[in-house]
Amino acid sequence: MNGATATLNITRYLPGQDQIPRSQSYSVPYQRDWVILDALNYIKDHIDGTLSYRWSCRMGVCGSCGMMVNGVPKLTCAVFLRDFYPQEIRIEPLVNFPIIRDLVIDMSDFLDKLKSVKPWIIRKTEKQISEGEYLQTPEELSAYQQFTQCINCMLCYAACPVYGMEPEFLGPAAIALGYRYNQDSRDQGKESRQAVLGSHEGIWQCTFVGECTEVCPKEVDPAAAIQRSKVEITKDWFKSVLLPWGQR
Amino acid sequence: MDTYDIIIVGGGGAGLRAAIAAAESSPKLSIALVSKVYPMRSHTVSAEGGTAAVLRDNDSFDTHAKDTIFGADFLADQDAVEMFINEAPGELIQLEHWGCPWSRDPDGRMSVRAFGGMSVNRTAFAADKTGFHMLHALFQTSLKYESVNRYDECFVTTLLVNDGRVQGITIINIYNGQVEVITGKAVILCTGGGGRVFPFTTNAAIKTGDGMALAYRAGVALKDMEFVQYHPTGLPGTGILITEASRGEGGWLTNKDGYRYLQDYGLGPPTDEPVHRKMELGPRDILSRCHMQELEKGRTFEGPYGHYVHLDLRHLGENKINEKIPFVRELARKYIGIDPVYEPIPVRPVVHYMMGGISTDATTKTTLAGLYAAGETACVSINGANRLGSNSLTECLVFGARAGRSAAEYASAQSSPSSKPLEALARDEQQRLDQQFLRKEGGKERIATIRQEMHKTMEEGVGIYRNEEAMQKTCNTLSQLRERFKDISFDDRSSIFNTEVIAALELDFMLDVAGAIAHSAANRKESRGSHTRTDFPKRDDENFLKHSLAHRTVDGPRIEYSPVTITRWQPEERKY
Ligand SMILES: Cc1cc2nc3c(=O)[nH]c(=O)nc-3n(C[C@H](O)[C@H](O)[C@H](O)COP(=O)(O)OP(=O)(O)OC[C@H]3O[C@@H](n4cnc5c(N)ncnc54)[C@H](O)[C@@H]3O)c2cc1C
Ligand code: SF4
Ligand code: FES
Repeated sequence: MNGATATLNITRYLPGQDQIPRSQSYSVPYQRDWVILDALNYIKDHIDGTLSYRWSCRMGVCGSCGMMVNGVPKLTCAVFLRDFYPQEIRIEPLVNFPIIRDLVIDMSDFLDKLKSVKPWIIRKTEKQISEGEYLQTPEELSAYQQFTQCINCMLCYAACPVYGMEPEFLGPAAIALGYRYNQDSRDQGKESRQAVLGSHEGIWQCTFVGECTEVCPKEVDPAAAIQRSKVEITKDWFKSVLLPWGQR
Repeated sequence: MDTYDIIIVGGGGAGLRAAIAAAESSPKLSIALVSKVYPMRSHTVSAEGGTAAVLRDNDSFDTHAKDTIFGADFLADQDAVEMFINEAPGELIQLEHWGCPWSRDPDGRMSVRAFGGMSVNRTAFAADKTGFHMLHALFQTSLKYESVNRYDECFVTTLLVNDGRVQGITIINIYNGQVEVITGKAVILCTGGGGRVFPFTTNAAIKTGDGMALAYRAGVALKDMEFVQYHPTGLPGTGILITEASRGEGGWLTNKDGYRYLQDYGLGPPTDEPVHRKMELGPRDILSRCHMQELEKGRTFEGPYGHYVHLDLRHLGENKINEKIPFVRELARKYIGIDPVYEPIPVRPVVHYMMGGISTDATTKTTLAGLYAAGETACVSINGANRLGSNSLTECLVFGARAGRSAAEYASAQSSPSSKPLEALARDEQQRLDQQFLRKEGGKERIATIRQEMHKTMEEGVGIYRNEEAMQKTCNTLSQLRERFKDISFDDRSSIFNTEVIAALELDFMLDVAGAIAHSAANRKESRGSHTRTDFPKRDDENFLKHSLAHRTVDGPRIEYSPVTITRWQPEERKY
């Protein structure tokens, strides 16, 4: 093009070789329609094959490519060089997670938390396939639809100050997904999720900072899920304490 | 050495469905689910438009079968198609029971929409993120099966074959670079397609045809590899897909004169409301060729990334766009700065799907005992020479489930493989990996350069229009690249999360897959479905109503043929 270049300062960290993460500067051709991920791929292909990061779909839906871009958690396939150019751009691994190498974080903790909220339909009695689908109106769908949009990108965990301090905290996405199943008209498993969602590590640790909702690229609004879960659990608790058996 | 009854390679739609089916067949079976990315990152996540099955009274198994066979240009095996279509509705309902958030009609039933080449509305959808929702529903549901043990971010490098049957795999654990052996009585390959052998594709970075190459190297034939589907509406530059659902909902394709050009190619008449199988709802192979002919006539636009036409959605209005195809709006706004509510979207044909793959029968069995395959990596074949949009997600479910059950049945009747011979095989593999990848020193060729040259020659030789000379050139270039590959160099000699080694292994697989595509194409001297030859422009049922089977040999691919199963639908001219 016109020979313009963009500068990226990228965190490098190789366990066994680096004591602590360091920053390395790269310059790449500046292209107006490049996303940050294009620049990383350019570096990997043409400048330095040792740079490590995750990516796949390059269309904002697989959730692989989350990183800190100038200190803010972003999907790097969905932010453009031009949003920063000509300023230098700082690329770091998502904060609040252990670093495996360079820009690759260890998210196994989330996988365990996800499983703990039982993110599947729980039924007292199963309908047979031959009996057809469960009917669900568009209104019933919209009660939980927003919370199905989570791509597990971990941006909200990187933004969450509570998770940063208390790694036991279930965290925004896992809570949103638990809530998603609770709100699904086909599901009857709310009580069995309560033990986890309603525990100290569940919703109660959240102090309503709202950063999660702010950074979420898919408008999941995990903060709302946490807020509404608190209200519902409180309601259920009052019901259970104040109402005689049988009326719950 | 970890030991399982069943090993499933791949955590996309097909792999997860297989895992659940195997787990449900018998809780006693131990199952390993191996994937080079976390399952929810698998490419199925990108699928947008929907998934087909006969769900309504105005539809019938016979019409779905006929549409599929016709779309396939009669190269599909009709017994397999019928089986597929019979099992499809149950699979979609199963997924509904597992929580997939399908879009709904006011009465609460799953909605269905129109799709290219389908004569009835039969494509179920979850807005325009169908694959995403299906994948997450499957993944989340799979978490409740304790017998499924995941190996996330582990890359399979070879199949271990002993005593005439597959008995395990070797993996590189990407976290630490260790080569490990997993043994199993049965192995199911669900590794997805290989669109990344081409430069311009809707496919995610991980779609490098690994499973096809794994089976090919183990002596299993790759079937119908010459059939590569171009999708008519990708974004120029990135190749990001604009789903066919945008046309199912009523979008128009216009050339630079604002003219709905498809009417000039026998797909008319143009109507305001979409009509099944007409105009913009014609099949993908034909629509992609129409685009190229418009280019020839000088009636396409020219942009920084070459020729394009317009996909016009403006007349649908903001409400419908937001409700039915919100992701299209999101993608167009984000990646090209165009809001389809107000402006048409520039689009052009882009490599999308591989009809071919590991040759299996309708039970998903391959010719190698113990080896099964399902999903895009397999070729049953139900897609023949051209897949109809929205049949492949369903294919992942139907044949994923079948693979899980078939493998479970087989594994239950087998004794455990003995470890001695497998240890020896694993040592050989470790040595190969060390020499060529993990500890290779020196070398002059950059991985990215060889990949780029492969891309270029694939586009030139086996793109939308093909001819003898160009294909031969591609075959030759590919064998040169195969030689040059031996001299690749690595920047990264670390063992921790070494993505350069993974990229090299993927390129190694892709060169095999590319060779199978080019040679199969050069040998098919006719035009059928997506395979269009300027030197043989007609379909030739007399000589080529048969499947190609590419076998790997030291001298390159050897192409053989096998018959197509015709049951009730005799080949006729394919006109829409
Ligand atoms: C953009 C786009 C939109 C689409 N939209 C539709 C649609 O609307 N309707 C429709 O029917 N079809 C659609 N398709 C096609 C459909 O999405 C795919 O055919 C289908 O999802 C393939 O699923 P799969 O399970 O076979 O493979 P994938 O989802 O690709 O999964 C492959 C799995 O194999 C694993 N794997 C691969 N190689 C290795 C290895 N060496 N070691 C370990 N693991 C490995 C990967 O990690 C991954 O988990 C679309 C395709 C694209 C590109
Ligand atoms: S809630 Fe949003 S930010 Fe958090 S993981 Fe899900 S998609 Fe990402
Ligand atoms: S690469 Fe898939 S979300 Fe960015």
